[in-house]
Amino acid sequence: MPDGAPCADGEALERLYKKLYLTRRFEEVVAAIYSSDKIKSPVHLSIGQEAVAVGICDALRGDDVVSGTYRGHAAYLAKGGDAKAMMAELFGKDSGCARGKGGSMHLVDIAHGVLGSSAVVGSTVPIAMGYAFALKREGRGRVVAAFFGDGATEEGVLWESLNFSALHKLPILFVCENNGYAIHEPIEKRWAVRDLIAKVRAFGLPASRIDGSDVVAIRAAAVSAVAPMRTRAQGPSFIECITYRWREHVGPNADFDAGYRSRAELEPWAAADAVARIRGMITPAACQAIESEVERQVGDAVSFAEQSPVPASSELKTHVFA
Amino acid sequence: MSSLNGRRPVGANGAMTGRMLRYVDALAEAVAQEMERDPRVFVYGLDVDDHKRIQGSTKGLLERFGPERVFTTPLSEDAMTGFGIGAAMAGMRPIHVHIRMDFLMLCMNQLVNMAAKAHYMYGGTVGVPMVVRSMIGKSWGQGAQHSQGLYSMFMHVPGLKVVAPSNAYDAKGCMIAAIRDDNPVIFVEHRLLYPTEAPVPVEPFMVEFGRARLMRRGEDLTIVGISNMAVECLRAAELLADAGIAAEVIDPVSLAPLDVDTIIQSAEQTGRLLVVDNAWTNCGASAEIIARVAERPVRNRSIRFERMGFAPTTCPTTPALEQEFYPNPSRIAAAGYRLVRPGDGSWSPDPRRAELSYQVQFRGPF
Repeated sequence: MPDGAPCADGEALERLYKKLYLTRRFEEVVAAIYSSDKIKSPVHLSIGQEAVAVGICDALRGDDVVSGTYRGHAAYLAKGGDAKAMMAELFGKDSGCARGKGGSMHLVDIAHGVLGSSAVVGSTVPIAMGYAFALKREGRGRVVAAFFGDGATEEGVLWESLNFSALHKLPILFVCENNGYAIHEPIEKRWAVRDLIAKVRAFGLPASRIDGSDVVAIRAAAVSAVAPMRTRAQGPSFIECITYRWREHVGPNADFDAGYRSRAELEPWAAADAVARIRGMITPAACQAIESEVERQVGDAVSFAEQSPVPASSELKTHVFA
Repeated sequence: MSSLNGRRPVGANGAMTGRMLRYVDALAEAVAQEMERDPRVFVYGLDVDDHKRIQGSTKGLLERFGPERVFTTPLSEDAMTGFGIGAAMAGMRPIHVHIRMDFLMLCMNQLVNMAAKAHYMYGGTVGVPMVVRSMIGKSWGQGAQHSQGLYSMFMHVPGLKVVAPSNAYDAKGCMIAAIRDDNPVIFVEHRLLYPTEAPVPVEPFMVEFGRARLMRRGEDLTIVGISNMAVECLRAAELLADAGIAAEVIDPVSLAPLDVDTIIQSAEQTGRLLVVDNAWTNCGASAEIIARVAERPVRNRSIRFERMGFAPTTCPTTPALEQEFYPNPSRIAAAGYRLVRPGDGSWSPDPRRAELSYQVQFRGPF
């Protein structure tokens, strides 16, 4: 355990490792399959950023809700979304979580509290807020965690949502996955003021910045943010996780030869990789058990996706209206 | 209002009973009855709870249902639209109110990219049962950004329903149907319709979407009038009657879904179709209606078409120009006359009769 990090017991570490490893391996397998053209969907991989979704979701209850982005594989899996249905969705199959109509950018699993994700930056944030409003009315202490990237903080809708959530003390945790790039454009070319936390605090929300590789610290921050929301003692909170995208914006490859960023930039992040760090904190036996279980789970998801039928052509016109 | 024949209200036992009620009061009554029936319904939007209550259309709701279910918002149309979508996905029944339709341009991302698509792109696992109310303004300097009838933008997008009732009866029945609908419904109102009265049943009833209303029978010409233009077309039909021309007037009521069959049936009988929109003609509802009539699979006779709508300009404020911007009963009647008697282009309605038919215009101050 790193010095100063909030304590997580062995059981929690194993749980975190399982989610981290699942997310990492799922996407590595997706990347490996990609060239076969079996996956009929643009993929925005979370590889390198898994700790954010895993740490936040580990602080949530099963009946809590998350909203995500087009880079949403990690949030979906970390919240407990069905891995088979997700892989089938990527393959464009009828058994997919969105019946093959959504693809990688529109993953959804309502039964496990995963609101549908969106390809339009920032657009799920107010929807998560509306969901939080309904949960507050429901009065069962459920909360929403809304994931979005640094790019979303350039959309007016985010600030509109922060204001309204704070005004109405809605039970929503805003989680900014700041990976430093909007597609290929660095923050230096986009933000006049680099201190996001100061901007958020001006809207009346408690806000903190966390190392996005430190899954234990992320989990601890989420636990303390969410607990008072459940009792209505406190409204929304904001966490900025500083992280790094290891692969290209969209697609399975690295892109350090493209010219907009260097491989040297990756090195400290790779050295701080949450998957490797947590792996080093659990017993070899636990590690082996988790990894073999996850490999089987991912393998099953691929088999399920491959064996599932595509939707009938008549499905084109279903679900236009409820 | 000439007649509201054609359809019977659901739950009203057939008879056209009820008091004369203003359009604005019919809206408020419909929402109040649904809020009473269904605790999931709530009303929100800038000014829904102020002393003016959206020209009176949310009158009484705050007192009866409290600030938990009737509340204002910051001027954050984008986020507040998404807010309603999220609440709807969670099982609530939001009614988002905008005092002008022009402001819906600030909601387009959420309405088009999220509300319209959520049910489809999430494989049927979620629904967005949400009503978006907005009002079209006209006259007394409403001008460029308080006057637009932008519903055809929403008609274009699968997954949205669009209704534009032209009388108090349909306002109540469509509102109740919209609230009970499991899909996002763009509910289009017109400011000048608010004080108009029609017989409206006291009890709740639904006006089914996708069924046009035959407002007036006639065998010489079919006129389709959308939103406020339905009323202007009825006035034009009176003027045409002076010239011995019997115009049939149809109000589509709902634009998406669109009941084109009723229009085709009438136009096949009269052989002449004039579509008068409360919007521009370019890529508008009138274009869609005429295209669908032209595409009809069975053609028993040829049909002559004409469209009218806003002048292809921005709406000016000065009355001197504004009166040239809108179709009016006199011009509608003249166009109808030319369709029926193409060889005789000189007719126009008696100016004094035409003046009597003109709509009472809104006057300030606000």
